Amino acid sequence: MTKQMTGARMVIQALKDQGVEVVFGYPGGAVLPIYDEIFQQNDIRHVLVRHEQGAVHMAEGYARSTGKPGVALVTSGPGATNAVTGLTDALMDSIPIVVLTGQVPTFMIGTDGFQEADTVGITRPCTKMNWLVKDTAKLAETIHQAFHVATHGRPGPVLVDIPKDVQFATADYVPAEKARVTHYQPRTEGDPDRIAQLVELMEHAERPIFYTGGGVVNSGPRASQLLRELVAETNFPITSTLMGLGSYPASGKNWVGMLGMHGLYEANLAMHGCDLMINIGARFDDRITGRVKDFSPKSKKAHVDIDPSSINKVIHVDVPIVGDVTKVLEEVLRQWRARGSKTDQRGLASWWKQIDDWRAVKCLTYKPSTTTIKPQYALERLEALTKGRDRYITTEVGQHQMWAAQFLGFEDPNRWMTSGGLGTMGYGLPASIGVQVAHPEALVINVAGEASWLMNMQEMGTAMQFRAPVKQFILNNERLGMVRQWQELLHGERYSSSWSESLPDFVKLAEAFGCKGIQCSDPKHLDDAILEMLDYDGPVIFDCRVEKHENCFPMIPSGKPHNEMLLSADAEAFRSGAVLV
Amino acid sequence: MSALNIKKGSTSHSAYDLRSALSEVEESHTLAVIVENEPGVLARVIGLFSGRGYNIDSLTVAEVDHTGHRSRITIVTRGTPAVIDQIEAQLSRMVPVHAVQDLTAEGPSVQRELALVKVAGRGDHRIEALRLAEIFRANVVDSTLESFVFEMTGTPEKIDAFAELMRPLGLVEIARTGVAGLKRGA
Repeated sequence: MTKQMTGARMVIQALKDQGVEVVFGYPGGAVLPIYDEIFQQNDIRHVLVRHEQGAVHMAEGYARSTGKPGVALVTSGPGATNAVTGLTDALMDSIPIVVLTGQVPTFMIGTDGFQEADTVGITRPCTKMNWLVKDTAKLAETIHQAFHVATHGRPGPVLVDIPKDVQFATADYVPAEKARVTHYQPRTEGDPDRIAQLVELMEHAERPIFYTGGGVVNSGPRASQLLRELVAETNFPITSTLMGLGSYPASGKNWVGMLGMHGLYEANLAMHGCDLMINIGARFDDRITGRVKDFSPKSKKAHVDIDPSSINKVIHVDVPIVGDVTKVLEEVLRQWRARGSKTDQRGLASWWKQIDDWRAVKCLTYKPSTTTIKPQYALERLEALTKGRDRYITTEVGQHQMWAAQFLGFEDPNRWMTSGGLGTMGYGLPASIGVQVAHPEALVINVAGEASWLMNMQEMGTAMQFRAPVKQFILNNERLGMVRQWQELLHGERYSSSWSESLPDFVKLAEAFGCKGIQCSDPKHLDDAILEMLDYDGPVIFDCRVEKHENCFPMIPSGKPHNEMLLSADAEAFRSGAVLV
Repeated sequence: MSALNIKKGSTSHSAYDLRSALSEVEESHTLAVIVENEPGVLARVIGLFSGRGYNIDSLTVAEVDHTGHRSRITIVTRGTPAVIDQIEAQLSRMVPVHAVQDLTAEGPSVQRELALVKVAGRGDHRIEALRLAEIFRANVVDSTLESFVFEMTGTPEKIDAFAELMRPLGLVEIARTGVAGLKRGA
């Protein structure tokens, strides 16, 4: 039996049918009918943000920490354009979110009406798919399609643009199970013959490595479980990209740490020197490969990815496997066990010895201080004092993000939310709120730099209003740290615009928002200050005054191969030009 | 124009590695893309090409299945084999795309383009233009005492050749549809 209702009510009904519990949004003229419906029901919670970019990052944080699609609702024109950064971020990191935008009435489209923007035109390149719905009869079905597209295949952001007259008009509601979900059904099963090739390569590999990425997290918790089984059965070393942290536990014995531009020495050298690279759900990003020509020159490469366009895009691979990580790993394990596969024990033993030699370099070593807080030390203490708790970490973008990835250990997937592909400063604070809304009892910490944090600091108002006790752990060096580092190392120490001359007093700022502010600049008091932050029942802005000129190492200068990595001790030589040819 | 618009030999004084990893020779390929005929679908396909720095040498589009609302977009593009593969993969993963055929790679195909060629002149030039048109099997679709409009179909190369011959004989302007193509055989 079909049910007649207005477009605005259809939106709410469709969201309910899709299992949506919370919407992050901001009202405006072109979405008022939908907000009127939100007012008249209690099933879907609405979190009022302070800026539409915040709404989208919250939806991302919600999605990344739950595995469910996040939903944002914004108005036309500026509401939609403010959502663009979040959409692009979600596209780059394959995060399933559904953004609903209001639009001027259909008869006004194209007249440069008040708060009119070509939303589907503007967001076409930064969504996986978008729709402008001009007929109320098609609205419910389109929203169901949007959820289908966002969550199937390689996940990503979708947008549905809904003109105001479409929200007012009445039509039959199409329930989710009757919706035509398009022909979009990406392949999820890997080719068994290709998987057999991989299994055979694994049997003979002397220097293998698993290189895993965000695709493992996106595939769901079972993918991480299967990955752990496979690593245990093969005893191969495993590294991960920034996006994939947690799918294999940092405490696991085969873990060699994160790879990439600021990845660990042992991870990058193992990638460079391996004879079999097994890429699972990663995409050979330029922060990972360094100079493409010299990337892992002697290895056979296998690549598991649900998106065929990721394969051979940057690095040519020998065994391409298109499929969902969970299904492919199931088949790999099935074949591995069915064949009674054995690894090359002698080869592996000497490979592990080599890796241990690289580990002995202790690439994360930094010069400790008793007078100033080193950012690395701050994160070591944060790790020590929060380890074992029900903890979620988000970050902003820059040095602090890399240090967080290096010094915090992640034991499970969906616990680490960071802007990897787009590198969006201002991501972490709203993302932390999205995570906290999804996990009200958990400890949610945004590891931030003061410059990134200021980009979306208005969202502290959201945290207060919705009682999200997020902890903002700001490593404050009064600098745009990563920009400053590059200027020091590559631009003759000319610090062009990388110094924030006028920063707010973060403690007073916290008071102004009505939350708690803590400042710490003495390493001796740091533990107590962190414990005070953790004990406080409510949002905290923690102004951690750190060493202003610390650089983040190891570092692979862009355009360099993995084996030309800089450790902190090399930096002096590098700066004087001895390393840069 | 290089397929990826990458300058070679740039130094690492950049957050990106600007050196191109692809040094193979560029090839021309004709792709047939079957899409859902919905608003914005052409912009989506073209946006992919401009956004990722691929070339479009010619483009034709029309609905070919009115009941199923399917359109066929035929694109002639250029790139190294790796880039052509990437274009095909990028097109295939778009939500409104049903199928992608590489007519150049998937065996023999028929490819045709239609052109209208306006030539103005008197006397010998006019007679010569008419004679050449006959050789090229171009039809006269408009005529004045001082001009002809020829209509011809053929491969892009044939049209190029005809246009080149018409140039000294008074070529005024030319309109071309771009290539339409089908695989040969059943």
